[in-house]
Amino acid sequence: MRVRLRNPDREVEVTGGRTVREVLGELDVNPDTVLVIRGGELVTREVVLGDGDDVEVRPVISGGAQESDRERR
Amino acid sequence: MRCRRCRGPAAIEIRRHNAAFCRDCFPLVFREQVRRAIHRYEMFAPDDRILVAVSGGKDSLALWDVLLLEGYRASGLYLGLGIGDYSDRSGDVVRAFARDRGAELVEVDLRRDHGYDIPTAGRKGPRSTCAVCGLSKRYVFNRAALEGGFDVVATGHNLDDEAATLLGNTLRWQTAYIARQSPALPAKDGMAKKVKPLHRLSELETAAYAFLRGIDYVVEECPLVAGNTQLRYKDAMNAIEATSPGTKTQFFLGYLERGLPLFRSEDVAELVPCERCGQPTTGRFCAFCRARAQILGEQLGTPAADGPSDRQVAAELADEVLPAELYGGPA
Repeated sequence: MRVRLRNPDREVEVTGGRTVREVLGELDVNPDTVLVIRGGELVTREVVLGDGDDVEVRPVISGGAQESDRERR
Repeated sequence: MRCRRCRGPAAIEIRRHNAAFCRDCFPLVFREQVRRAIHRYEMFAPDDRILVAVSGGKDSLALWDVLLLEGYRASGLYLGLGIGDYSDRSGDVVRAFARDRGAELVEVDLRRDHGYDIPTAGRKGPRSTCAVCGLSKRYVFNRAALEGGFDVVATGHNLDDEAATLLGNTLRWQTAYIARQSPALPAKDGMAKKVKPLHRLSELETAAYAFLRGIDYVVEECPLVAGNTQLRYKDAMNAIEATSPGTKTQFFLGYLERGLPLFRSEDVAELVPCERCGQPTTGRFCAFCRARAQILGEQLGTPAADGPSDRQVAAELADEVLPAELYGGPA
């Protein structure tokens, strides 16, 4: 199974026949910090991924300057 | 895993609510959460003109999308930061979003309108890149809202942003900042009203909403943000959340219910117009004008006889106005 990771963009091959949760565990990714997308659809962590699947693991964490959380003058 | 509303196949699991939703129901649930926040904090009236600060990321575009769907008069404000390909892509995404929905987009460009860009500011000033970026955004958003006759500025800050900021402010016991970390700050002395309608929703939820709504947003992280302190606070909160789902919610929403009222007396700053630009400040010149003058190597007026030295101004900017501890960058 081919998995696309982001920031930076890269692809890795992992063994299928396992749940999203298990695959993310192997990749050392916290499931609460990513969307997992297969065939244009979001999948939840108990879904079993197949060897032929193309999967994107898209991070949801953004950082940097906060726009108005502290109103300094 | 089944959708809590319709029992169809789930697309997104929200562990802190011990719930899951399908691709059709989740956007409805998301919008309901935004409506609750708007009503709870009386963020806007139906006819208010809203200026949505949009970066091209998932949060601000999700917010703009919801407000337009809910029928609000919501215009976008995009600030060009001049961060190479990243800014080019962000601008393209925001313009396409506005064009597809027939929404008004206001554009300000730091280089064109104020004489500098963020990479230059990071290299030339004593402040971190993220610090001067945050300062520039706050200044431009406020000024654009006032000059454009908008009733309120809305930003896409989510629950994770707010929890991480509260954690940082609490670790430093920045009580004046803690006192102002409300989802709705009223207009005051030249400061436009500011609201954060997504403060009840996590980053996972805003990302899922944007994806399910087919919103093209910038997934790539800002190339200047690596190692930012805000990200480290988020990592810490996520590590706790992984074993104790709901902690972030309890921390931030609990603060709003029970902590914020205890800090009200800390928010006592008196504001006067900046002598250069007229925007509100606590001194002669506002933080933006002082930072800009330093970046451009300009003199700001005639120094008052008892005014602060350049070193004092730099220290104030770095600590009080733009705490590098919170906004990141080299120590």
